Amino acid sequence: MEYAAPATLDNALALAHETDGQVRFLAGGTDVLVQLRSGLFEPDLVIDIKQIPGMLDVTRSPEGAWTIGAAVPGRILGTIEGLRDDWPGIVEAMELIGSTQIQSRASLVGNLCNASPAADGIPAMVAAGATVSIAGVDGLRTAEVADILMAPGQTNLKKGEIVTSIDLPARVAGSADAYLRFIPRTEMDIAVAGCAVNLTVKDSQVCTARVSLGAVAPTVLLVPDAATAICGTCLDETALNDLAAACRAACRPIDDKRGTVAFRTDIAGVLARRAAILAYRRAQERESA
Amino acid sequence: MIHVKMKVNGDPTEFLCDPRETMLDALRDRLNLTGAKEGCGTGDCGACSILLDGNVVCSCLVLAAEGQDREIETVEGMAAGEDLHPLQRKFLEHAALQCGVCTPGILVAAKALLERVPDPTESEIRYWLAGNLCRCTGYDKIVHAVADAAIEMRST
Repeated sequence: MEYAAPATLDNALALAHETDGQVRFLAGGTDVLVQLRSGLFEPDLVIDIKQIPGMLDVTRSPEGAWTIGAAVPGRILGTIEGLRDDWPGIVEAMELIGSTQIQSRASLVGNLCNASPAADGIPAMVAAGATVSIAGVDGLRTAEVADILMAPGQTNLKKGEIVTSIDLPARVAGSADAYLRFIPRTEMDIAVAGCAVNLTVKDSQVCTARVSLGAVAPTVLLVPDAATAICGTCLDETALNDLAAACRAACRPIDDKRGTVAFRTDIAGVLARRAAILAYRRAQERESA
Repeated sequence: MIHVKMKVNGDPTEFLCDPRETMLDALRDRLNLTGAKEGCGTGDCGACSILLDGNVVCSCLVLAAEGQDREIETVEGMAAGEDLHPLQRKFLEHAALQCGVCTPGILVAAKALLERVPDPTESEIRYWLAGNLCRCTGYDKIVHAVADAAIEMRST
């Protein structure tokens, strides 16, 4: 295995392109190093992306869109002025991942590229309608987060492509998101189920919504039926029940030591209700603000 | 082999390492700093905690080569000669250790907490140290030692 820490994106892309064998990109390393050490793969080249300009930056455009560099560690997100105001669900999802030590290193893009079905960051990004900027030797492209997820641990990124950032759209008034997960303890565990809700309210009515579920299918899911269930409502009891039912209907979970199919399916509905209520309350605060 | 130059506990340091080598292995086997321990090797137990540019990380999940131009702090850098760091003294006073394998990592992590939050609540201490596992003490003495060290450090 070779290690390289190129100083430019072009150098990184060229190195990845020229290497015949397996290439792995290294941001915080909290998944890559574990996999490397377990012998899960033996890359020919590890490319550390942290020296590349922009990878550790968080920027907000004049219009209010956010760009979060691929190697920005979780601990940074909550310290960025205005990010939690715009995207509380994204920040709380990232902050749920791992310990203080992991937060010093782990990034949202890394969470996405690791493509765990139970990733906490991914449902929040999917609900947010986040896109990723992807660089390759043929140029730059963008993709919706949900569209690059293929299977547990698999994305459809092509060999040598680097996700350079997560991009979040500008907020309109009365919008907010929330992410909740269930774990059997209070810290340091992997989601049994997770749900992110991102919505916009006007005059107490939900106008737009996106609902995403984690740990209940081979990939994180976007659940359009769940969004339909609450759009046009004031999130009354009927709407919440419809939301929970739509989420449960979308679940295709596995049985494992963390939870049974029945439990995961049930809890997905409970989490969806609670996340929707939380996002709705936050959105109302932001409508009046 | 990769040539790495970095600062360890304030001292400029150089070493050669294999590209696959972790920072934990480089610290222990090349620099003879055996304070950081390998527990799980997967970032769960925190026994290998060090500070990387002031942030607490698991050194088992850092490549040694990533250390280039960075500043590392380990438990060996906490005492000033014979004078123990207040956290180290309070751990002794409170008997906040038994086998001692987790202690260097917890001391380093707690130091990082008190540099950011001089007056942490018990909950803040427990959440901050959630990534440092101790199989002996049951944590209470550790939490009390950190809180007591914080009181002393605020008064000086």
